[in-house]
Amino acid sequence: MAANPADWTPDQPLIRMRDVRKRFGATTIIDGISIDVMKGEVICIIGPSGAGKSTLLRCVNALVPIDSGSILVEGREVNDPKLDKLALRRKVGMVFQQYNLFPHRTALANIMMAPLHVLKRNRAEVEEEARALMRKVRLAGKENAYPGELSGGQQQRVAIARSLAMQPDVMLFDEVTAALDPETVKEVLVTIRELAEDGMTCVIVTHEMGFAREVADQVYFTDRGVVVEHGPPAEFFTNCRDQRTQQFLSQIL
Amino acid sequence: MSAVGNLPVLKPFRIAALPTHSCSLLSSRHGALLIFGLALAIGVGGAQAGPGTPSILATMVKWTPLLAQGFALNIAMSFLAMAMGTVLGLALGLGLISLLRPVRAFSWLVTQFFRNAPWLVLLFYCILLMPFEVRIGNAIVPLPGWAKATAGLTLPVMANVAELVRGAVQSIPSGQWEAAEALAFTRLQTLTRVILPQCVKRMTPPWMNLYALVVVGTPLASIVGVGEAMTLTGDVLSSEGRPELLVPMYLYLLTWFFIYCYPISRATAALERRLQVP
Repeated sequence: MAANPADWTPDQPLIRMRDVRKRFGATTIIDGISIDVMKGEVICIIGPSGAGKSTLLRCVNALVPIDSGSILVEGREVNDPKLDKLALRRKVGMVFQQYNLFPHRTALANIMMAPLHVLKRNRAEVEEEARALMRKVRLAGKENAYPGELSGGQQQRVAIARSLAMQPDVMLFDEVTAALDPETVKEVLVTIRELAEDGMTCVIVTHEMGFAREVADQVYFTDRGVVVEHGPPAEFFTNCRDQRTQQFLSQIL
Repeated sequence: MSAVGNLPVLKPFRIAALPTHSCSLLSSRHGALLIFGLALAIGVGGAQAGPGTPSILATMVKWTPLLAQGFALNIAMSFLAMAMGTVLGLALGLGLISLLRPVRAFSWLVTQFFRNAPWLVLLFYCILLMPFEVRIGNAIVPLPGWAKATAGLTLPVMANVAELVRGAVQSIPSGQWEAAEALAFTRLQTLTRVILPQCVKRMTPPWMNLYALVVVGTPLASIVGVGEAMTLTGDVLSSEGRPELLVPMYLYLLTWFFIYCYPISRATAALERRLQVP
């Protein structure tokens, strides 16, 4: 398989995980997961807490190193000691459960920071794009607000815009609505759905089953570090075969 | 749910905020007590004075310009020590959080040594070990006692600032590091653009507190013969040769320090209160 980004072509999976394993001390978090994500696809990963979903996302952009297996992102082997992590992360956007906006900078500055300092792009151009992104996430007028002055849902939408400003090829969403008030969950989900409809490749870890059913091309159910079952949402939610999946869905739906 | 669910690494964790130093704060009650003590000492001293000598108050006023000169040196030394100590301490503090183990170990050793060594010992070392002049190029620059004493005070400031930096950096939630890393920031960019700017706010109150400590530490320089306010007060007392002046004069000097440190102390307290409200 192509371990060289130059050999990667868009007809191959944008993310190709094979037998990924990760343990922290004596505890196995990820116990051999293989998932393919094609360009433009939306993948939802569901499962009980502690199933290793968040860790798996962090492995994809090398925030957490994997112990064995392989993750190819556009042909880049993440499990390669010579990996250029910064080059990888420019292509992979990530949005966190706790938003993690930089509290000392305004919303607009949060969005502009990475393009300015990482990509070293022209300020006027970056600012124009950042304003467009603020409109895209429906926060026009909040450009000069500090994160502390925004609601959770608004902060999360700024975080999405901040990630998009790097023009990534794939977006990772780590339980992005789990810390939100119920009434603001929807506005964030709408933003993500619009992104998905625009053709952005998305890997979404979520507890929102209705949302997963609506946007996902493939739903993966993970438990104890393995993929128990996966399939297109229509099939997955109505016709799951594994007992663990049935039990999980009956608890949550 | 499953046993895997209890992993600390999956939980968002928060580190407690920096400890505050409110215990050492001055209050207006201290000021009232000081003024009362000074008035009492002047009264008692006046009663002890022999006939025909000028009043205690008049003597104090007479020497005030000289004491002010000495006090200006105290302030200058505290400013310089704080400025140099902060710059050096910032570098040392970054050493404390370095990813390189030898750098970290060395910085830790330096920090612990200068933080725990008595200030007076450091002062003596600087006075005795530093030359009285240094040659820079062709010019010979004299190193007066006060400059050496300032260097001696810089060392503990450096070590304390280093600890402040380390503590503040570690008090920033790990999500800030993660977010910056995910945006492809380098470690240096993450530090300078995301982490350290947030540390400034957290570090300001304890840093001001440290400054007040440095100010009241400057009279230590009198022991090594620097002509600052403490030394000059002693000179005044020996030239006047009136034992009843002893207590009022030193209380008078103490009042100077109080008047200078009190606003700093109040501002520190106000800042701490404001920062506690998120």
